Amino acid sequence: MSSRELKSKPLYIISSLVENKPGVLFRITNLFRARNFNIESITVGITEKPDLSRMTITTRIDEAILDQLVKQLRKLIDIVEVEVLDINNTVYRELALIKIRAKDFTNRNEIINFANVFRANILDIGKESVTVEVIGTPDKIDAFKNLIIQYDIVEMARTGVSALQRGE
Amino acid sequence: MSGAKALMNSLEKEGVDIVFGLPGGANLPIYDALVDAKFRHVLVRHEQSAAHMADGYARIKRKAGVCLATSGPGATNLITGIATAYADSSPLIAITGQVPLNMIGKDAFQETDIIGVANPCTKYAFQPRYATEIPEVVKKSFYIAESGRPGPVLIDIPKDVQQDVTEIPFPDLIKVRGYKPIVDPDLSNVGKAVELLVSAQQPIIMAGGGVILSGAFSELQAVAELIMAPVVTTFKGKGAFPENHPLAMGPIGMHGHAEANRIILEADCILAVGARFSDRSVGRFDEFGKGMNIIHLDIDPAEIGKNKSVDIAIVGDVKSALRTMAKMLSKVAVKKNTENPWLKRRRELIDYFSQNIKDYPREVTARKALKKLRELLPAESIVTTEVGQCQMWTSLHFDVISPGTFFSSTGLGTMGFGFPASIGAKAARPDVHVVDVAGDGSFNMTENSLAVSVLENLPVIVFLLNNDMLGMVAQWQRTFYDRRYMGVHQKSCPDYVKIAEAYGASGFSVQSMDELEKAIKSALKTEVATVIDIRIDPEEDVYPFVAPGTGLKDMITGA
Repeated sequence: MSSRELKSKPLYIISSLVENKPGVLFRITNLFRARNFNIESITVGITEKPDLSRMTITTRIDEAILDQLVKQLRKLIDIVEVEVLDINNTVYRELALIKIRAKDFTNRNEIINFANVFRANILDIGKESVTVEVIGTPDKIDAFKNLIIQYDIVEMARTGVSALQRGE
Repeated sequence: MSGAKALMNSLEKEGVDIVFGLPGGANLPIYDALVDAKFRHVLVRHEQSAAHMADGYARIKRKAGVCLATSGPGATNLITGIATAYADSSPLIAITGQVPLNMIGKDAFQETDIIGVANPCTKYAFQPRYATEIPEVVKKSFYIAESGRPGPVLIDIPKDVQQDVTEIPFPDLIKVRGYKPIVDPDLSNVGKAVELLVSAQQPIIMAGGGVILSGAFSELQAVAELIMAPVVTTFKGKGAFPENHPLAMGPIGMHGHAEANRIILEADCILAVGARFSDRSVGRFDEFGKGMNIIHLDIDPAEIGKNKSVDIAIVGDVKSALRTMAKMLSKVAVKKNTENPWLKRRRELIDYFSQNIKDYPREVTARKALKKLRELLPAESIVTTEVGQCQMWTSLHFDVISPGTFFSSTGLGTMGFGFPASIGAKAARPDVHVVDVAGDGSFNMTENSLAVSVLENLPVIVFLLNNDMLGMVAQWQRTFYDRRYMGVHQKSCPDYVKIAEAYGASGFSVQSMDELEKAIKSALKTEVATVIDIRIDPEEDVYPFVAPGTGLKDMITGA
């Protein structure tokens, strides 16, 4: 599938609680590969319960395939809970580190201004580059990236989405 | 107590009475503990056959079969058998030895990451890291393998974990929090299904392997008779419904019965029970079931809507759902006249296609041989097959009368499955005859299991339809590749009668119907494994045929 076709599909955030033990991530990513599902991002970290990890997966697929994906995930014995989050009732964030080429003073100032508008932080300034930390929804990070792409991005690292349902 | 001893005790607690395996360096402690175990060990000649034997045992006993292998090549040899069991939802426990914990990841001798290899074809794979974990792991493995939609589970035990001597607890209760098989069906959905079925004019039941797995034979028959619906099966469901029953239509699919493939297109409502709408059964997903109401009953929620979207979905155990359905139906269904137009149509199709069968000039054909086998074999006998033409001919020409007495590698299509699996089935039911309908190509793959059959006194009959060809491939090359044969000729090697005799089994070479009858009768009397080598026409094709990528309506009957 081309990236344009993918972009036209809705974004879903799947939140799951999984056993915190070796081999679990392998089982889950292997399921995606074997069943031909697409993963846009995946994040894993421990939860308030030390024997459980929360895995947040974002994917762009058709609704019918989403249903099948969730059912297949539920079948995995290491997955204790799976739900598709309602984006309108969810807080979700991603963090990106972007190292931008900036050799002269004007460029650096412009980048710093843009970063301020996006409430991004400058983490490092070197002779040839500025490293910015942006936190927000994937759309916000995309918007910032598209803005500074004119200066040449040296490197970028994105964490993928973490998400929680809003409180009652 | 050692880890290996704890393994034996755990298996005994699960009621295991037989294991199939082969020792090696990394499972020596397990084999040492086997000396004192209360259950039987059957030594195989190749680990693949150990897995098939345990699988065959499981399909007949309807509880998990157990196979053992060492690390590395022993474990990888099991994989084909494990994948076969996975594709056919058969409960199997595969126990492999592994190199000691401190050697894992060092590319040690006979080390394979078998957990990684087995992941896509097991329900779960355990690697206990302490001897104290073994009883809990075994208990969980049997629970996972046998419950819900059954399937294989692997237990990979490092050698030092087998050897470690410590105090080992045996838990009475285990909990697997991420595993919640659904058993009880949603009653309101069953009610909706009943309404649809009662109002249907041309209802049909499609019974799959789930009926056999849950042993829902009488329940299925009750529902079919209450709504007077013809019953087709998938190939895996063959024998879920007695094939001599007045409502039976036989299997549908790529090589299904012509009348079954036809009638399902004319139905207005289909009740699919424990079936997964595989491409082999229904042809094209988009064409199948157009304009009819589909009710899908299955224990695996992920099967609902996977290949086919349905009108009513019932998730739960097939047996209990059908029982509920029968109860509801008996309150509303008026016993329909057996002379109704739909059942007349059924008769018409059967008569039409029985007159449209392609015949071959030889005295012995696969069709005639299988009809003769049916005539002489007691109804409660167990029949399995190899894979290819022999398998499809059995589907077409051998009627299963006693439900649950037939199985085959239907999902993975594993050549070499039938013979070892028949030995496992014989271990499960030593009181009945067991027959493997084989082809020469498939039998070649695991024929060394003759040693097991003879030495372990597990006699089965190999009904070898020998066309000296990898026949199904040859048929495709004949049909789709302009008769450009490549890699299909067996060149009369080996001599199967001599092979049988070399192992201490008995062998018959058969060229006429007379000889065939004598050979079958003799095989039914003897206490030793028998290979009946039946010479058939290398050009005998399997018909009907629904070519891949086409729909059931495009079926070719060959006549």
